Amino acid sequence: MFDATPRNLKDARREGLVRILFLLMTALLVLPVLLILGVLVAKGGSALSWDFLFTEPTDGMTAGGLLPALVGTIWLVVIALIVSVPIGIAAALYLSEYAPDNWLTRAINLAIINLAGVPSIVHALFGVGAFVIFFGFGTSILAASFTLAVMTLPVVIVSTREALQAVPQSFREACWNMGATRWQTIRKVVLPNSISGILTGVILEVSRTAGETAPIMFTGAAFFLPFLPESVYDQTMAMSLHLFVVATQVPNVPDNLPFGVALVLIGMVLAMNAISIAFRTWLRRKKKW
Amino acid sequence: MVTATPEIRVQNLSIQYGEKVALAGASFEVMPNEIFGIIGPANSGKTSFLKVLNRMDTFTPGMRFSGTAEVGGRDVRSWRNLYALRRRIGVVFPLPVGLPLSVYDNVAFAPRLAGVRGKAELDAIVERCLRRAALWDEVKDRLKALGSLLSGGQQQRLTIARALSQEPSILLLDEFSIAVDPVTTMRIEDVLKELKQEMTIVLVTNLVQQARRLADRTAFFLMGECVSVSPTEALFTGDADPRARDYVEGRFG
Ligand SMILES: Nc1ncnc2c1ncn2[C@@H]1O[C@H](COP(=O)(O)OP(=O)(O)OP(=O)(O)O)[C@@H](O)[C@H]1O
Ligand SMILES: [Mg+2]
Repeated sequence: MFDATPRNLKDARREGLVRILFLLMTALLVLPVLLILGVLVAKGGSALSWDFLFTEPTDGMTAGGLLPALVGTIWLVVIALIVSVPIGIAAALYLSEYAPDNWLTRAINLAIINLAGVPSIVHALFGVGAFVIFFGFGTSILAASFTLAVMTLPVVIVSTREALQAVPQSFREACWNMGATRWQTIRKVVLPNSISGILTGVILEVSRTAGETAPIMFTGAAFFLPFLPESVYDQTMAMSLHLFVVATQVPNVPDNLPFGVALVLIGMVLAMNAISIAFRTWLRRKKKW
Repeated sequence: MVTATPEIRVQNLSIQYGEKVALAGASFEVMPNEIFGIIGPANSGKTSFLKVLNRMDTFTPGMRFSGTAEVGGRDVRSWRNLYALRRRIGVVFPLPVGLPLSVYDNVAFAPRLAGVRGKAELDAIVERCLRRAALWDEVKDRLKALGSLLSGGQQQRLTIARALSQEPSILLLDEFSIAVDPVTTMRIEDVLKELKQEMTIVLVTNLVQQARRLADRTAFFLMGECVSVSPTEALFTGDADPRARDYVEGRFG
């Protein structure tokens, strides 16, 4: 009586097929990542050493290390995030928790989503006009980080808003019904339940910011500048641009050097992500969210 | 009782969602320390009425109301501080919402908003409210557990405890027993009868017998109209409106 009907069997077979298809797609996705890492390690591993990390490039960038680029990228990323994360989260909170649902809000949301899709070279030109020239920062770490911040801002807003919107409306209404203000509701219920989503968005932005070349090329990153920056008004080398330069612009670079630079860049992004993830875990643990 | 000012008074109250009318021209009064029942079939505007008292229209898209709705003798629209109005009114809706906080923090939420800080005082409030909501025995050993992970019926009682923790002068209950087992429902009903001494209770219910057990007077809503308001027993015995009679006797539709 409970034997599978032909219909059941067909459904089961289809279920199996679909699952295998999706699995294959996932494998297809993972494969290139592993290949890239494999090639980088195989070809660039021999370039890695403490000296590579902690000395300046020498011999017209065909030898020596990449310390100025490493330090420069850290400056750029940290300043960009210090600017864009607070502003982005505040704006997302306003749009998601306070703004009335009218045409203006919807227009702003649409504009932000479109802004998030603007190519980085366009942000670069904006950065030159706004920060280098108009605000008079010159080509400097400050101008480059602000340009990066402007580029990341819409993405931070969109991902934060998404995280906020994932908190069920019923939680908010329950709080409001007890006489909580919007801000009390945000602080006690909305933010605690969206913070990991918000941080995930920020983490993704860290990687993107560290890897972008176009926005910093005209605004503050130097081709070759074998000193550590002393202030935010200095120019600086940066990992992404340095990789581009040693890979394509300088003759007689030993084979393993560009791969070594790429490996350090990836390692750096991973390290930054690891720190953010640890922070996220710590936050959760602390509040038992 | 005759001279007391009504705790809730509505005059010609109409509620709309966009173009759709949910309640049309209702007028009645709820007296202090009474349990006021509201019965009626689905879609008749019962929940909408409760929402007006708490000014939930401010965050319900499209919801508007006209006419007078007074709480404690003051038009709800004249409260400049809505938060104060809402703290005065405890609400329990049919779908329980355990906030993703610990059981303890759920119940301590409103007292903390009101400025209670002392641990001993909070402990006392939490225990009292959980006892009244017939939940204390089940959760007293796991006050630190997440409120959103309790069972449906427990979350409903948690919501009741939360509403009581506001020390409201008005308690609005919307089908509070929908997810609660019959034995526990009886225990809560007993508590409601005691709470009457301290507050005014509006009880929206689909269970006619529950209204009969608890409510001093009962309104019958039908398709957005407040058909009758009468002492509850009159619905069953007296010369009630025939539509109300049909409904309570199960001949509706
Ligand atoms: N948020 C809303 N948006 C639009 N229409 C709504 C909303 N809430 C209620 N309505 C409409 O208002 C009418 C009355 O709804 P209400 O929830 O007040 O009925 P009710 O008497 O509480 O019904 P039930 O017994 O099923 O809970 C319904 O027709 C409903 O579709
Ligand atoms: Mg209802």
